[in-house]
Order: sequence, then C-alpha cells, then structure tokens
Amino acid sequence: MDWLNILNLTGGELIGAYTAAYVLCALGLAMHFGFTGLLNFGQAAFAALGAYGYAIATLTFGWNMWGSVAFGLICSAAFAVVLGIPTLRLRADYLAIVTIAAAQALRFAFATSAYDKVTGGANGLSQFGEDFYSYNPIPEGRYPLGALDFSEKEIWIRIVGWSLVAIAAVVMLVLTRSPWGRVLKGIREDEDAARALGKNVFAYKIQSLVIGGSIASLGGMLFVMSSQTNQPQTWGTNFTFMIWTVLLLGGAATILGPIVGGMTFFALLMFTQGILEGLVNMGWLPFLDIAQVGQIRFLLVGLVLMLLVIFRPQGIFGNKKELQFNG
Amino acid sequence: MANQISVGEPAPGCKKVDPILVAKNVTRQFGGLTAVNVEHLEIPRGQITALIGPNGAGKTTMFNLLTGFDKPNTGEWVFNGHNLAGVPSYKVARLGMIRTFQLTKALSLLTVLDNMRLGDQKNPGESFLASFVRPLWKSHEKKITAKADELLKRFKLDAKREDYAAALSGGQRKLLEMARALMSDPKLVMLDEPMAGVNPALTQSLLEHIKGLKDSGTTVLFVEHDMHMVRHISDWVIVMAEGKVVAEGPPAEVMKNPAVIDAYLGAHANSDLGDVNIDDAKEGI
Ligand SMILES: Nc1ncnc2c1ncn2[C@@H]1O[C@H](COP(=O)(O)OP(=O)(O)O)[C@@H](O)[C@H]1O
Ligand SMILES: [Mg+2]
Repeated sequence: MDWLNILNLTGGELIGAYTAAYVLCALGLAMHFGFTGLLNFGQAAFAALGAYGYAIATLTFGWNMWGSVAFGLICSAAFAVVLGIPTLRLRADYLAIVTIAAAQALRFAFATSAYDKVTGGANGLSQFGEDFYSYNPIPEGRYPLGALDFSEKEIWIRIVGWSLVAIAAVVMLVLTRSPWGRVLKGIREDEDAARALGKNVFAYKIQSLVIGGSIASLGGMLFVMSSQTNQPQTWGTNFTFMIWTVLLLGGAATILGPIVGGMTFFALLMFTQGILEGLVNMGWLPFLDIAQVGQIRFLLVGLVLMLLVIFRPQGIFGNKKELQFNG
Repeated sequence: MANQISVGEPAPGCKKVDPILVAKNVTRQFGGLTAVNVEHLEIPRGQITALIGPNGAGKTTMFNLLTGFDKPNTGEWVFNGHNLAGVPSYKVARLGMIRTFQLTKALSLLTVLDNMRLGDQKNPGESFLASFVRPLWKSHEKKITAKADELLKRFKLDAKREDYAAALSGGQRKLLEMARALMSDPKLVMLDEPMAGVNPALTQSLLEHIKGLKDSGTTVLFVEHDMHMVRHISDWVIVMAEGKVVAEGPPAEVMKNPAVIDAYLGAHANSDLGDVNIDDAKEGI
C-alpha cells in the first residue's frame, strides 16, 4: 500500500477548495441550526442558487465577477425570504419539510430542459470563471507543496476559498457574540419566551435564514469555480447531508466546529478511500472493486452521521451542555 | 363596603377608578369548549391583583389571549391606551405588558446572566447592523448587566449568574423567569403561578418582591392557588370559573363570597377559604 501517497492525498483534502466550500455551507447551517434552532434540510438549494446565480449572471447577462457574486447572493436571499415567510411562523418541523421539498423542486427546475437556454438543463453550465481567474496574481506554472503539486489556478481558488472561510468565521463570531446573537440563541431555546420578552422572533429568523443562506451560496460559488462546471445533480439531498455531517461532527453551536469538522471529514473520507483502494488492490477485499469504494465511503458517511447524533450530539468542539441535536 | 379601587360596589366586571387594562367580550372556544367568556374585565393600575379560580377555569387562556399568544374568537381589550386585539405578542411585550408562563420557560442553554440581559428591550446591539459595531452597544450592555446583577441578587440567584439556566432547580427557574420579566421595567407584569414549585423558604421574600414591584409603580396581575398568599399580598381579587368572571373584590370580602366558595370549593363550601388546604380543595373540584 502506498502510504505516502495516501497521506499526501489526505493532507491535500485539508486545504482543498471543495473542503472550503463545504465548510462555508456548514458555517451557514451553524447559523441556522446551531444558533437559531432552524431545521434547514435544504442547504444544498442555497448553495445551488449561489452557483447558478453566479453562472447565469456571467453567461447570460455578461456580468463581471462582482456583479455575478452579488446576483448569486441575491438569489439565495430571495429564496430564504420566500421559504421563510410562510414557514417560519409555523412549528420547527414545517421548515424542515418545506426546505427539503423546495431544494428538490429547485434542483428539478434547474435540470429541466424548459429553461435550458439559461440553466443548461441537465448538462448544467460551464466556463463561467474567466473573470474570477483573471484576478489571479500568481504566475502560470506548477507549484509543489510537499508531495502535492498545484497549478496557479488551484492555488488561487484555495487562497480565495479559505479567505472566505476566515471572513465568514469572523463575521459569525462577531454576530453570535453580540446581543443580536443572544436573541437568536434565546429563540433557539424557546421562541415563545423570546416573544414574551419583546423580541420579533419572525424577523430574527428571517435574518438568520438569509445570512446563513448567503454564506452557503458563497460556498456554492466556490464549489463550482474550481472546475468551472455547475451541474444540477451536484445539489441533491446528499449534498445537504454531507453538510449536516460536517456540522455535527464539529459542533453545531460553534464556529470552529464546522471548520475543523469539514477538514476532518474530508481528510477521513480520502484516507478511508486510500486504505480501501489499497486493500482492494492487494486482493484483501474480494467483494469490492475499485469503483465501489467511492460508494462505500458514503455508506460510511451515513454511519458516522448516525453515530454522531447518538453518541456525541454536541460534536467535537461543542460545549457538553450547549446544543444537543434537539431542533 | 367602600374601597378605592372600584367605582361603586365591587361586582363581577365592575369598573375601576383607574384601570390599566380593560377587556370587553373576550371569548375563546376550543372545539365545543368555551375556555374563556369574559364580558367585561378591568385591571386596576398600580395594584396587585390576584386571578384565582379552579383548574381549568381559563386563567392561563385569558393570559394567553391578553398577551397575544392566542387569538380570541371575539373581543377587544385596551392596555394603557393601546388597543391590543390582533397585536402580536412581541409588540404587546414592547408596550410594557410582560407575562411569565405557568410552565416555566427558562432559556436552558443560555447562562442565567444572558437570560437576564435578554429581558432588556432597548439594547441597540440587538439590531443586525448595529451588532457589528461594538461601541454602539457596549455601554448599554454594561448598564443592563449591572441591572441584571442587582435583580439576581434580589432573587438570590447571583451565585448562579454564570451557570446555564438548565442547571437551576424548578423553583429557581421560576425566579429567573420573574426576574427576567422585570428587566424591561414593565408597566404590567402578569405572573402565571409564580409560586408553584418555589422553595417555601423563598416564597416569603418573593412576596416581598411582588410588593416591592407595586411600590415602584408596577401593576401586578398574578394567578395563584395559595390562598394565604393571595390574602397576604393582593389588593384585589378576581375569581374565574368555567371561563367567566364570577366574583371580584378586596381579598377579605371575596373569600367570604358564597359564589366563590361555591365555584372554588364545591364540597368544602362550609369552611373559610383561607383555612382550606388547597390540595384538598382541588380534589373536591
Ligand atoms: N390549546 C388548548 N386546546 C384545547 N383546550 C384547551 C387548550 N388550552 C386550554 N384548554 C382548555 O381550556 C380550559 C381552560 O384552561 P386553562 O386556561 O389552562 O385553565 P387554568 O389556567 O385556569 O387552569 C381547560 O378546560 C383546558 O383544558
Ligand atoms: Mg393555568
């Protein structure tokens, strides 16, 4: 087994652009669930709106990067408001049902051929990153990092991705430690108590949904920017559940949790894949072939998610007493 | 007998000299059950009013309706010059009418101190944009923390200020909820069974707090089953039974009222209310 290669690939995941994208989505979900108690099972939709918003603004409207980012953010904010207005007055479980359904519906809307001039239909969109990469100050070439080797574009997207993570983390830290964040936590604990103290619970929930959704939409943009392809099947329910796993792994009511949770999760995923592939190649797992290893990994994701909720609901970083998985 | 609170003789639904809250024709039905059916009710300003009545009389439902946590089938009510029918609960609270809940709602995973700070209503840092600019709310935060500490001391919760509210006993949570309600200097506090589950050693000082509220100009309306307490601190007593106001008046008079004894006690009709063990009384209902 090529241990060095496995370790290198694992280390690469720690700083990967996809990892950063998932971390952003998980930070947004921490705002929703960890700090406000909103059960959002449609985080993939917020990310998808960021990705499609950006791509459509660039390809269809011909906007530059900044305009496209703004459009992606507006799309996800609008989605938050449209979802929130009818559901946030209802019990928590309604939001869960509506978000999961709305995310599915949105994905089908993106995939349908009816709007394929704009959305690209089932094929999705590609080649919308020119303006983004035009900002890249790093000269063309190959850059070795340990045993890994990155192109200038790969380095650029990682720098931007993790800078976004840092900015989002600082913003969330400031927000959650402010009196505004205290109101969110109050709502998470008991929204009627918050109302009885004069807090406009509905307005706070909408704000939380919009902000967490915006952070996730940045994650979505980042996600599609490394390959410059945006396909509708990316944004399925499994995307949402990966985010939940990352969040619960790290700790839902923390900021560091989603970050370290995301890094740990993807490193572990790569590590298991490497080991499983090694074992398959050595003939130790005769019931598996290499192609199946990728799927087995996700079986493990489900298992990890279940074990987490059962045995360590507060995550790696969660305070033992603060936030259990209690919606 | 003459009193300074009602206009003329006390009677169910009688007018008050200076009411802070006036409710008219408030009804609430749950399916076929009429939980509340109050024709006219006035709460006197600056006084301590007890709302009593057997379990299921509609006291909690009345609280829910008045504070916007439930919608009545009919009715309107005016609080301190504001028409409140249809006004959402948080706005009711912002107008200075703060309630507590029969089933305590401590915010378990917030510290005791944060519970208290949340009771404040004027914190500029609670608005989204201002929350980013610490100087805009830092001094206010300091002020309300001092106020919170003072209240916590009064309620003997100061030793617990850094603990999660989840770590408090049931009685302490009741105290916390009450202290938290006072953070915004409400004009009217509505306490739903504030003494239930509170350590008897604390009830005496709690009674003093409630009296102290009155001295500082706050109107108090509370639901309570303990007749000794009702006698001890209330200036006025309103009795509900089966959703209706069946009697009201100064405590000494109300306790003698045959309608009250009848509604409240049934089998214990011959004994004086103040002498009855309330648990026995409940069994009789
Ligand atoms: N949400 C509800 N749904 C159905 N019935 C209710 C509801 N809330 C209260 N009730 C009924 O209304 C009546 C009054 O209840 P409540 O106001 O809690 O009485 P109290 O506080 O005086 O003990 C009771 O018969 C109770 O069962
Ligand atoms: Mg009750």
